[in-house]
Parts: sequence; C-alpha cells; structure tokens
Amino acid sequence: MRRTVDTAIILLALVLIWQGLHVIVGETALPGPVPTLTYLARLVPTSRFAVNAAATALSFAYALLIAYGIGLAIGVWLGAHHLSGAVGEPILVALYSLPKITLYPVILLIFGLGVSGKVAFGALHGILPVALLTMAAIRNISTVYLKSARSMKLSHSQTIMTVLFPASLPEVVSGLRIGFTVTLLGVLLAEMFAAKQGLGFLIINAMSLLQTEEMIAIAVLLFAFAAVANAVLLWMEHQLHRRV
Amino acid sequence: MTRVGRIRLIVIVAAIAALELACRTGLIDHRIIVPPSEMVVTLVRILASGSINADIVRTLGIIAIAAAISVVLGFALGLLVHALPRVREALDPFFATYYAVPIFIFYPVLIAIFGLSLVPILLIGVATAIVAMIIATLNGLDRVPRVLTKVARVHRMGAIATAVQLQLPAAAPYLFTGVKLSVSYGFIAVIASEFILAPAGLGRDIADAYADFNNARMYALMLFLLTIATVVNTALHAFDLRWARRRGRGAP
Repeated sequence: MRRTVDTAIILLALVLIWQGLHVIVGETALPGPVPTLTYLARLVPTSRFAVNAAATALSFAYALLIAYGIGLAIGVWLGAHHLSGAVGEPILVALYSLPKITLYPVILLIFGLGVSGKVAFGALHGILPVALLTMAAIRNISTVYLKSARSMKLSHSQTIMTVLFPASLPEVVSGLRIGFTVTLLGVLLAEMFAAKQGLGFLIINAMSLLQTEEMIAIAVLLFAFAAVANAVLLWMEHQLHRRV
Repeated sequence: MTRVGRIRLIVIVAAIAALELACRTGLIDHRIIVPPSEMVVTLVRILASGSINADIVRTLGIIAIAAAISVVLGFALGLLVHALPRVREALDPFFATYYAVPIFIFYPVLIAIFGLSLVPILLIGVATAIVAMIIATLNGLDRVPRVLTKVARVHRMGAIATAVQLQLPAAAPYLFTGVKLSVSYGFIAVIASEFILAPAGLGRDIADAYADFNNARMYALMLFLLTIATVVNTALHAFDLRWARRRGRGAP
C-alpha cells in the first residue's frame, strides 16, 4: 500500500515538473498537462485519429506476428543445435546492438513507402531479441529434465510438448515482451522517417506545424499504451516463473 | 582461431559473397542494393576526399558526450537512489517500464522547446542512455559486501570518499555493463535523431543521400556507420566479458 502511494507521489511529481517546465519555456513550446490531456480527450474521438491509429495498429500487428514467428524459429534452431548456436549467437548480438534506423532506407528501397515497409522495419527490430532470449531459454533447460524424459522413454514430440516447451516458457515470454517493445518502436520510427499515415507520422506532422499539444498528447497516449502492455506481459511472466 | 570462429567467419564471408554475386548477376536490382565491393570503393573515395570529416567528428562527438554524461550522472543518481530505499522502491515500476515506452517519440517535443540544434539530440541521447547506467549502478551497489560499508563507517569516511574509494571499485564489474549499454543506446538515439531531423551529422548525410537517390553514397555511409558501431560494440562486449569473469560468473 505504502509503495503504491509512493509511486503515485512520484507520478504526481513528474506532472508537477511538466507543469513547471511549461511555465518556464512557455505555452507554444510546451503546453501544460491539463490542456494537453483535454486536447487528447478531444482528439481521440475524431476520425483523423481513428484512421491513423488503425494504420499504426495494423502495421504493428503484422510486424509483431512476423517478428514472433521468425524470432521463435531462429531461437529454437540456435538453441537446440549447439554448433549453430555457437556460430550464430555473436552475429545476432552484434546485429542487435546496431542502430537499425540506418537500414531503413534499404527497407524503403526494397518494400516501398507503404505498409509493407513499416512492417518489415518493425519486424527487423523484433526478431533479434525474441531469437536471442528463446535461444537462451532452450539452452538453460536443466539437463536433468532431458535425462528424465529419456528415462521415461518419451517420444520426440512428447519431449517437446511436455518438457521443453513448459520449461522454457517463462524466458520465452520475456523475449516476446522485449520483442513487443522494440517492434512498436520500429514501426513508430518508420512512420516518423517516411510515411503518409500513422501515429508516428502525426507526431512529425504536428512538429512541422508547431502543434505541440497534438505532439505531446499522442506521445503520452503511446507511453500509456506501451506501459500497460508491458505491465500485462510482465505480470504473465511472473505468473509463469512462480509456476515453474 | 577456434573451429567455431572459423565457421562463423566462413558464414559471414559467404553471406557477403552471395550478396555481391546476386548484385553482379542482376538478381538484385542495382537501384535497390549496390554490390558490397562498390560500397567499399565509394567509402574509401569519400573518406579520402575528407568531405565527411566534420560530420564524423560531430556525430561521434555527440555520442561520446551523451554517453559520458549518462555514465557520470547515472552513477551519481544511482548512488543517491540506492541510499534512499523508500524512493527506490517507489521508482522500481518506472525503471521496469522505462525501456518499454518509446522515449524517442519525445525528440520532436525537444526540438519544439530547444530549436533545431545539437541540444535536443544530446538530451535524447542522455535520456535514452542514462537509465541503463542507473539500473546497472543499483545492481552493482546491491552486490557490494556489507562488510565494506562497515569498514567505511569505522574509518569515518564521508559519503563522497565512500562512494569514490569504496563503492565505485567494488561495484565496477557491474558498472561496466551500464557503460556498455549507455554507449550502445546513446549511439542508437543520436543516429535516429539525426535521421529524423538534424542540421548535420552522419545520420543526416545518409537520409540526404537517400532523398537524392544517391545509392552509392548512401550505402557507403551506411557501411561506415555500421562498421564503427560494430567495432565499438564488440570491443565493449569483450571488455564486459572480462569483467564478468572477474566477478566470478560466466556471462554479464
């Protein structure tokens, strides 16, 4: 209880800092919390917002699906096959820490300026953490589990379904959580750099029109969405860890 | 070189050779990807001409400053938060969420406040990198043996002396993970900012080359940037592994 109150106090302090900055730098550069939130309340029901939010949501959903599919496949392969894992891991780690935005023009040249480019760029971000954490999850499975599966004479598919899958699940879910976060960032970056639709596009568009209220309102909304999604996935992860 | 290392080298070389071949035979359109050999030739020409020297200094300079601010300030804030357990508990949910929200979308807001200069880029770099350092500092301080803090109290050391002479070296292996992440995150944030909107810099150069349909230049600059990022990240990763071994564990 006290913890929740303390966290709420910090949240309140952040809002007060926001208000303070607003007073210092002025209305046009940084609108205060109250006008921004009332603006957000007016913005959300409009069709302009609905169209752009739907564009982002669609790209994000496709990108996430591809990132999870390819990421899990690579992760399982590199985790299960020892030599491939030893060869591939440093390459994946090196790719993971690259500033992938550098590669966005290549994606644009290949896929063009539509939805597919955004999807490809989002997926490009998500694949690596999902693959790396899935690989680690499978490697970290205790050998005792595998030995007991063998002594119980489980078939290959039984071993996968009843031993490997449940044992690696918690860590895999944490990979999916990080994949969710970076894929969203990838899609938004793609929309900010070059797009005709989407929330990232709205933010950049608002910047060029000096519509700071719209800019911050959308940023706050995306923050809230990402924070809630992260909390839900984190909660799932804790439940799974407790079960194992 | 180990067997695994040899295979890895073969895989990488084969991938580049396949790309080269696909470009040369026309399987991949020249307007989409230029052959890797051409990227290298163009890059050597650009570097020799010296035309991007100012941008190299600018971009790498901003990354270095952002990383340095993040490391120093992050360590100081980590010390402060660690000393206040109640504040730390309240902050925990924020730390757990920080890298889940796309902080970068605040870059346009910073441009609106500070104008189009290097200040917003530097700030977004610090904002992206500093929390990794704070979290690493907290992790490291959690693992400083209690006996050391008692020794400090026995010797009546002040807060600053304790921090610099005792907590810093004792937590150092963990702190290095924070340094590595700060540099890596700083790199990503600064390049992304320059890409979206910046008065100059390597990211801006690449975005300009893309807008001008100058693929040879674009790919050469990309190669340069990605090579630097890989070299820096690999060096930091190798150091981090050495520290990890020192603190008696296999991985960071």
